Amino acid sequence: MSVITLRVNGQTRTVDVDPATPLLYVLTDDLELRGPKFGCGLGQCGACTVIVKGEAVRSCSVPVQSVAGAEIITLEGLGSPENPHAIQQAFIDGQALQCGFCISGVVMTAKALLDKTPNASDAQIRQAMSNVLCRCGAHVRMLAAIKKYQQQRLERRTA
Amino acid sequence: MTPLLTPDARAELSRRDFMKRSGALVVAFSAARVASDLGLARATVSAQGINGVGSPQLDSWIAIGTDGRVTAYTGKCELGTGLYTAQLQLVAEELCVPMDRVTLIQCDTSMTPDQGTTSGAQSHPTNFNHANLALACATAREALVQLASKRLGVPVEQLAAADAAVAVRGDASRRATYSELIGGQTFNLQLNPKAQRKPASEWTILGKPVPRVDFPAIVTGRFEYVHNVRVPGMLHGRVVRPPALGSTLVKVDEGSVQGMPGLVKVVVRKNFVGVVAEKMWQAEQAARRLKAEWTPGRTVPDQRTFHQHLRSQKATRDVMTVDSGDVDTTAGGGTVLRSTYHHPFQMHASVGTACAVADVQATRATIYSATQAVWPLRNTMATMLGLKPEEVRIVFRMGSGCYGVNGADTVSYDAALLSQAVGRPVRVWLSRQDEMSWENYGPAFVVDQRVALDPSGTIVAWDYESWTLSLGGRPGYNAPGNVVTGNLAGFQPQGVQPRSPAPAPTSFDNGSNTAPSYVTGTVGNRSGGCGVVKSERALTHTIESPFFTGPLRSPARLQNTFAHESFMDEIAAHVKADPVEYRLRHLRDPRLRDVVTAASQKAGWDRRPSPRNGNGTRRSGVATGRGMACVLYEGDNGYCALVAEVDVNLSTGLVTVKRCVAAMDCGPISNPDGVRNQMEGGIIHGISRALREEVTWSGERVTSVDWRTYRPWYLGDHVPVIETVLINRPDAEAMGAGETAITVTAAAIGNAIFDATGARVRQLPFTADRVKAAIDGKA
Ligand code: FES
Ligand code: FES
Repeated sequence: MSVITLRVNGQTRTVDVDPATPLLYVLTDDLELRGPKFGCGLGQCGACTVIVKGEAVRSCSVPVQSVAGAEIITLEGLGSPENPHAIQQAFIDGQALQCGFCISGVVMTAKALLDKTPNASDAQIRQAMSNVLCRCGAHVRMLAAIKKYQQQRLERRTA
Repeated sequence: MTPLLTPDARAELSRRDFMKRSGALVVAFSAARVASDLGLARATVSAQGINGVGSPQLDSWIAIGTDGRVTAYTGKCELGTGLYTAQLQLVAEELCVPMDRVTLIQCDTSMTPDQGTTSGAQSHPTNFNHANLALACATAREALVQLASKRLGVPVEQLAAADAAVAVRGDASRRATYSELIGGQTFNLQLNPKAQRKPASEWTILGKPVPRVDFPAIVTGRFEYVHNVRVPGMLHGRVVRPPALGSTLVKVDEGSVQGMPGLVKVVVRKNFVGVVAEKMWQAEQAARRLKAEWTPGRTVPDQRTFHQHLRSQKATRDVMTVDSGDVDTTAGGGTVLRSTYHHPFQMHASVGTACAVADVQATRATIYSATQAVWPLRNTMATMLGLKPEEVRIVFRMGSGCYGVNGADTVSYDAALLSQAVGRPVRVWLSRQDEMSWENYGPAFVVDQRVALDPSGTIVAWDYESWTLSLGGRPGYNAPGNVVTGNLAGFQPQGVQPRSPAPAPTSFDNGSNTAPSYVTGTVGNRSGGCGVVKSERALTHTIESPFFTGPLRSPARLQNTFAHESFMDEIAAHVKADPVEYRLRHLRDPRLRDVVTAASQKAGWDRRPSPRNGNGTRRSGVATGRGMACVLYEGDNGYCALVAEVDVNLSTGLVTVKRCVAAMDCGPISNPDGVRNQMEGGIIHGISRALREEVTWSGERVTSVDWRTYRPWYLGDHVPVIETVLINRPDAEAMGAGETAITVTAAAIGNAIFDATGARVRQLPFTADRVKAAIDGKA
């Protein structure tokens, strides 16, 4: 066990864990965050995605010690039910999910892409989402919500 | 509304408030079994037939708080399909209150009526027709109006309920609020089968595209899934499954994990093995490290020849759905066509692996579970744990979308066995491999089809014969061995009792869509089918499966519909008829005809026979085609027709679905956007299963154990344009909406591939290799 300091959603959190513990387990159990989910533990589905230093990262496949001190953002770090982030609002407006278990992978991956590449082409969006899984088949609405958020984001910047 | 709270958390709070204000409202739900005597639980659709029967007591369903808030209790839970929101709409509508004045409590054996299993297509018919929750709401509204009549001294005809009060029509000043009428007290009434539902023409909440109430919490990471349930003192468990099918435990070497950090206990019960540790990561490492010796497994017949194996088994259980007794003679005369279709084993493969939290003490147990069946699970859990059913409480918490019996029940047993062994609460979530290797797969099918045509090309006889497999399934109220954990702990799964020949049918039950839509479905002097073909036979043989099997979204209905609708297309092509026109020629059910017409019109269907002119002979480039398929789901539970348009790369066999147009009729629409979401999701799920999904195995092991070896449709994969047409039937019975579109997807795609290429692919999934082989193999 070792004491590790994390920066999560703008707060400093200290945990005492085996440094090899996957970041996901620390987020869900030690910090009791509900956004990132366990889907496979293999880096194959995206359900555990968080944003670390601006990159979409699969928290199931990252030992917690490797992100000590780095800025980590989870789904709950974007917005709240009363005040959702624009990308979250786009998903609510489009009713773009079903069970929602996959949603961290979808929202965090898309957000990280569009933060870096605001003008991402459809092909680039598809590429970024190529390893994100939704089994309820909400694909069409999800892609539409991502596009809508992208457009709003571009309009805001030019406004 | 406090949006930060999940629906469940809100419900829990409000129940506590309610109890405080009203005095304990504890209704003996077990007495609910007598409800069937009152004729309450059964409507006309067969979906109602599933075990739990609700409750005849109004107080089991509806309570009015001293503040006038309505609390409703339902035995049908949210599985990700939108049912929670739709039920809120129903209660708010029938009781004439705004939605935010309703608290809905779902699936908790300490509070809600026993409604058996929540399975995709059955909740809408069960709770939205003149029974169960809907009838409870109507009974409550009439009771409130009667109370107001007494209180105000005005006859009921002059009163109307609105906004949580009953007022004199035309004189809103003379009114009594629900709170004044009965707040905090019980109704002490039985559900009244004569209570009047609000006519759909007066709906202002039901029937509207109300947004899902749970989405804000879900998309902002506040929603409590079962994975997020935390109980004080909770430990973490992992299971160690056998290395192969049929392996049994020889011994466990506890020394192999001795001294591992956080390890609490190694638990063994017959062939069930698990570890409990302080933390999840520790449990996972201990489970990996633990040395256990197992007997060799049982070899499964070779996957490449499995379908031949399946159809050659002799000890089968046979079911005859319909038999006019004359198919052989009718088929003797004119043109006879035959085809055989193959469907693989497929799995639920939820995005999240299954998870449960159990707290098992000496004489009581509480289990938080994403099960579809809290009441049945309570009974089998009691059996597993050696407790009385009334000592067990099962509380539903949503999990990852399940699509049928995924790992939710088995992991509930896992958590409970581990908790019982350590005397503390334990959470278990399964590894991806544990879940995929051992879940209850949707079974493989082989279907032989044969028809006879008259000289005009009209079908005069249809003969269907299929072979499928079964082992275990839903645990129900008394078979914990139907899923892997129960079996490992020593309980037997339901196998297959051979029975051949099949007894003659006593009524036409097309619940598995065994008979095609085109036959009359005549048993005795009743014709329950949708079609006109009088000479008919549908016979199914079931053998014992090497894997656990269970309901997977559109169980058997999808496999059968693939075979029926593909074959119908082959017949139409043989007689050079347009596939839509040819279907209509053989259909008499007006509602099925309507969805076929609506989908084809919306799609701009070009009337002509398949394959598309000239496509039959091309060998390179990309060919386009369109295909149609339709179904009356379960023979009485939702109509759907789908037109699929595809591109097929003739050199590689790669299929791209470009556009899907679906028309659906599920009776009165409770939430049009919810229905569309289900249709779209069903189609994408259907594309994934039609083009990619197949359980694989080798020797004694399943080899599709992660997302590389069982690869579904990802967000980045090509998705078609999807258009949906809803046919609303306000005066009809509510039918299922969640499993109808997926049922027709594979067939519509297969028919489009044929239209594009002239090649018929009779085996799912339509992988590029298989499609390419079919193109190359054409004469
Ligand atoms: S849980 Fe991390 S990618 Fe699947
Ligand atoms: S919404 Fe259920 S897995 Fe995506």
